[in-house]
Amino acid sequence: MESEVKLSDLETGAEAVVKRFASDEGFLLRLREMGVLPGTRITLIRRAPLGDPLEISVRGSLLSVRKEEAELIEVSPQ
Amino acid sequence: MSAGPSPSTSGAATTDVPAAAKVFALVGNPNCGKTTIFNALTGLRQKVGNYPGVTVERKEGTAFGQHGENFRLIDLPGAYSLSARSPDEAVLRDVLLGRRADTPKPDAVICVVDASNPERNLYLATQILELGIPTIIALNMIDVAESRDVVLDAKVLAAKLDAPVIPMQANARVGLIELKMAMTRDDLSASTYRTTIPSELEAALIKHVPALEKWDGETRRSHKWEALYLLGEHDPAHSGLSESERTRYRDARRKLEEGFSGWEETLVATRYDSIHAICKEAITHPHSDQPTLTDRLDSFLLHRFWGWATLLTVMTVLFSLIFSYADMPMGWIESGFEALSGWVRTVMPPGDLRDLITDGVIAGVGGVVIFLPQILILFFFIGLMEDTGYMARIAFIMDRLMSKVGLNGKSFIPLLSSYACAVPGIMAARTIESPKDRLITILVAPLTSCSARLPVYLLMIATLVPSEKVPVLTKVSFMLGLYVLGTLGVFVFAWLFNRFLLRGKSTPMILELPSYKAPTFKAILLHMWERTRIFIRRAGTIILGISILLWFLATYPKHESDDTGTQIEHSFAGRMGKTIEPAIRPLGYNWEMGVSLIASFAAREVFVSAMSVIYNVEDTGDEDLQPLRQRLLAANHHDGRPVFTPLVCLSVMVFYVFAMQCMSTVAVVKRETNSWRWPLFQFVYMTATAYLAALAVYQIGSRLGY
Repeated sequence: MESEVKLSDLETGAEAVVKRFASDEGFLLRLREMGVLPGTRITLIRRAPLGDPLEISVRGSLLSVRKEEAELIEVSPQ
Repeated sequence: MSAGPSPSTSGAATTDVPAAAKVFALVGNPNCGKTTIFNALTGLRQKVGNYPGVTVERKEGTAFGQHGENFRLIDLPGAYSLSARSPDEAVLRDVLLGRRADTPKPDAVICVVDASNPERNLYLATQILELGIPTIIALNMIDVAESRDVVLDAKVLAAKLDAPVIPMQANARVGLIELKMAMTRDDLSASTYRTTIPSELEAALIKHVPALEKWDGETRRSHKWEALYLLGEHDPAHSGLSESERTRYRDARRKLEEGFSGWEETLVATRYDSIHAICKEAITHPHSDQPTLTDRLDSFLLHRFWGWATLLTVMTVLFSLIFSYADMPMGWIESGFEALSGWVRTVMPPGDLRDLITDGVIAGVGGVVIFLPQILILFFFIGLMEDTGYMARIAFIMDRLMSKVGLNGKSFIPLLSSYACAVPGIMAARTIESPKDRLITILVAPLTSCSARLPVYLLMIATLVPSEKVPVLTKVSFMLGLYVLGTLGVFVFAWLFNRFLLRGKSTPMILELPSYKAPTFKAILLHMWERTRIFIRRAGTIILGISILLWFLATYPKHESDDTGTQIEHSFAGRMGKTIEPAIRPLGYNWEMGVSLIASFAAREVFVSAMSVIYNVEDTGDEDLQPLRQRLLAANHHDGRPVFTPLVCLSVMVFYVFAMQCMSTVAVVKRETNSWRWPLFQFVYMTATAYLAALAVYQIGSRLGY
């Protein structure tokens, strides 16, 4: 159950809990500041018509994140 | 513009407010309804300008308290955090910390919190509460929150945050009186709210941060952790620190990192923990699976098929409005200015002064005003799309395509608009937050084939394929080819600039997709009006100046001749044409075309009228290019060879695809980038490309025997 996948590999519509960030680069800090933290529950709402970026729902807001960045976020599907 | 406050940003805004008026700053996340509150509080008493040195919009207005007191209200850029990551956020941070010489440190803050998304909004709000400035929390969009079954207890929230909390629905003016009453209160004091920092981290901060503060010049320090926000700076270029200060901050940052690895992440997590605890008590949020209106709209507007269909429809409507419907008012403006010139000709005696007024001043002012219909239509649409939330969806859909050349989805609208006219397109680039992406968009935007190139293309295609027997399709495919060439230019140069000119990491696009909202037309009209005013005032003066200069060059020195062609030949412009002739001969051009090239720097379509004047064609007024075409086809070099061979026509067209022959664009780029550096660079790179491309066409074509 506690299997971890990349956010980018999550199925559309799936809920997951953020586990860790695979990089400590600055932009991930901005994602943290926008509420995406280890332990936060997020939902992958959809992929853009061209497959990238991804739309996620977190703490009541909708964010668009590029696949490149989503690959650095490890989540555990719920 | 780079030094000192510009006239519209300082002083002017405050003339009707006593110097002692209390200064309020309005802050909040993007899309929290901050602008609606600003408009409701200030009405039309607003001034819009730029913060000196950066292209961040500065808005200030006069607000009245509940008992008629005057307040200065500064609308600060929307931001997610005081740890700045863009010039906008750096301005917010610096104004609140009193670090900007051009803006007074606010006496109090109104912090807008989107009630439908409280946790994320409280992140910035709690940072601000800790600054020690008296703060009012405007809990906006309670209606949206209620529609999502989010129930907020303002009293509990106020007690927890130790600050007045005003529930509001700003677009319906709900809570406005309560907000004004709170602004009027004398006993507004700084909140005692503090995020509890883990003791280990606090120890590390206390060890390293004070060392920083000593270096901070004259200790303008207003807050214990001020240095922290400067420390968290990820793009030091925006922080307004001196080079030596920056080095010290970087050193301290490194030491702190060594002493407490992951301190920034820990701070963020700690803050969210505290917020989460507050929200648990103040907010009941029954988990609802009901899809919201935004969910339902998005499943259509971001649909694999319907998303594209909608985008295509919206763009088609926008385009046809800009291209065809703007034509009508543009025609009125044109004939209006022609009538004005005609009237001046009847009331003034002939002479240079009259010509200066008609050909220099009136033509120059007309050249500015002519853009207004397109600017107004474009900014109405942009305002509408931004206000409703659709703009972010366009960026979401287009991001993949734009990222291939290093741009992001937000560059799409400015670039697309540039096909009508680069001037409003470049102004629209303000919606791009990333400074690098914005600059690249501005630099490549004029490569799109704007409508001013059409007359040149039409004339040259008509000369190139004069026979009536040639199928229309041939002409159309030439035209299409020119548009494709320009578009390729956009992508190639965007890629090149991204790769070689503006290196450095691009900020990843983390985009918020705000909830859809009904547009407020007052705000959109206000926005249109601001854009228009800025264009007329800033770009207008430069355009007028260059018009007068060009008139002067074509008029002096005087040559006693009734023949305008001969007059031009002997004028400065004619001499310049002859001077550059050796340079343009390899492209297949003669000096007459050199003059037209110089004159059409005013605007590309001037090429056609300049050619008419030089080749002595009676001005037939409208689109009828036939007489001029005949003249061009009959024109010969001294040795009898025809001037306008198909190859020369092609060379001219290719030149106009790439050349930056437009002073309005230069003026607006200067205005939008705050310096002459970028418009000059742009002029040079585009002209060089145009020259080389036209040279290649003519030389290779000649070798091949055309």
